Amino acid sequence: MALYEPDRSQYPAKKPDGTLDIDLTSGKYLKLWQGPQHPGITGNMSLELTVCGDEVVDCQTHVGYLHRGFEKLMERRTYIQCFPIVCRICVPEPDFNEYCYAAAVEELSGITAPRRADWIRTLILEMGRINSYMMYLGGQAGSLGMGVIGQWTTYVRDLMLDRFEELTGARIYHMFILPGGVRDGLPDGFEKRMEETLREIESTMKDVYEAMFCNAVFKKRTIGLGVIDPALIDPYGVTGPNARAAGVAKDVRRDFPYLVYPELDFEPVMGKDSDAYTRADVRRRDVLLSIDLIRQILAKMPHDGPLMAKIPNVLHWKVPRGETYIRAECSRGEYGYYLVADGSGYPRRVNVRGPSYTHAVALLERLIINVNISDVAALMVSFHTYPPEIER
Amino acid sequence: MRELYEQLKRLFPLGEYAEQRRDLSFVTVPQEHLRPLLIHLRDRAGFTHLVLLTAVDWLEEGFFQLTYLLNDRAAKRDLGLRVLIPRDGATMEGIHDLWPTAATYQRELREMFGIDFPGSPRVNEEFILEGWTGMPPYRRDFDTKKFSEENFNHRPGRATKDPAKHMKEKLYPDEA
Repeated sequence: MALYEPDRSQYPAKKPDGTLDIDLTSGKYLKLWQGPQHPGITGNMSLELTVCGDEVVDCQTHVGYLHRGFEKLMERRTYIQCFPIVCRICVPEPDFNEYCYAAAVEELSGITAPRRADWIRTLILEMGRINSYMMYLGGQAGSLGMGVIGQWTTYVRDLMLDRFEELTGARIYHMFILPGGVRDGLPDGFEKRMEETLREIESTMKDVYEAMFCNAVFKKRTIGLGVIDPALIDPYGVTGPNARAAGVAKDVRRDFPYLVYPELDFEPVMGKDSDAYTRADVRRRDVLLSIDLIRQILAKMPHDGPLMAKIPNVLHWKVPRGETYIRAECSRGEYGYYLVADGSGYPRRVNVRGPSYTHAVALLERLIINVNISDVAALMVSFHTYPPEIER
Repeated sequence: MRELYEQLKRLFPLGEYAEQRRDLSFVTVPQEHLRPLLIHLRDRAGFTHLVLLTAVDWLEEGFFQLTYLLNDRAAKRDLGLRVLIPRDGATMEGIHDLWPTAATYQRELREMFGIDFPGSPRVNEEFILEGWTGMPPYRRDFDTKKFSEENFNHRPGRATKDPAKHMKEKLYPDEA
């Protein structure tokens, strides 16, 4: 297949200081803003594009439209008061915030969550991963004009939200994984209803595969788009499906096993072509992996035992001085919490490491060069970025 | 991890060592030795992934702690490098040439903590805040409550009523 060859003669020269020699008054180049209100932008972010014809020659990202100052807010709250606000950092996949925060507080306090709570936590994280991928698949197809895929995936995501509702009582922000354990066990008959939901998702994924991944337009526009060279993976901090699509087996579940992942049987989903199509395909197969993991978890998990460890009085909970970093594999890559405690009842510093911090700024600014304007949305969505993680 | 620390200690003057977990340790590094140490760790010891770069404000002691967290995926271990720099006129050498993605972290630290990284790309441009002229907001001495009281209007709470009395008045106006 012939790939698109950009016309390098149109590309602006570099000045000695490394910046591009772009003369906007010449009429050859044009500034074009994509976002912050644009259907082709993931979340609240804007791209300041410099285009020559319909090719992007320079891009600067702008964030800050959704800054809520979570890290600062947490410094003025007790450890238990931080728990209900961490999930708000990432809307489509809030559970990883809850898990990382809870695990960091537990580690510094010397608390071990009960085994049964670990199984339920793993179950919730895998359910959240499927939800996040469903939003991604709809967005990726929508960015290329295939609106109906988003309707299908939103339908099955809604079924999964129903399962979340009966398990945690909430659909979007669950506030279920608190330091010390989880709030509750599984309701009666949950396994049966979950199996029905999983079958529905599998059936939808078959339709998505046929309508999206076998579609000639989707293939023509995504194959060869935004290729991440495996040599860029480490310098640009690329993690998760973006790295796995490039053939680098980065998966925190396998590399740094946490919760009950050592007891589950799975292999990280890999790709090798590293373009937007491969990234979408890696995520599609990751959904099937998560379905398999949920089945394994429900079959193996213990059904009795404590759900919460003994924790101190939460109103006077002082965490000993220390610092730690907890990571987990979310649907976009490595999610981590760096927590510094100073011995008081308030965290000294909480830093959230979201995968979009590197994917949506440094990596996007590099790979967007020479991309056609109409493919910018597809490229940005293919990194699966959530700007709220960048600015927190 | 202690073996790695002993090896590094022969090459660089390192400070305090703390092992948090079997696979996670923190080491204090003098400011001027950070860069050679990072290059050594990246190119020779396998720590190729910069996980995060952030700052902690120790206001009472008068210094910022910069934390460079590095990850070695092959050996499954993490090393956090702590660099202590004085709070007054905080300046640090950038590492954006070692990891291009560090430029974003440095821009955020410049804006939120006021730590300067001379030469880092776009470091003086606004990152998240717009038109901010006051004290960098993530410093510990920045008073969030005072800021919000000065900048936002106070919204009075709604008038509340005793439910029993209110319902009685509404349903049985004659008896009330």
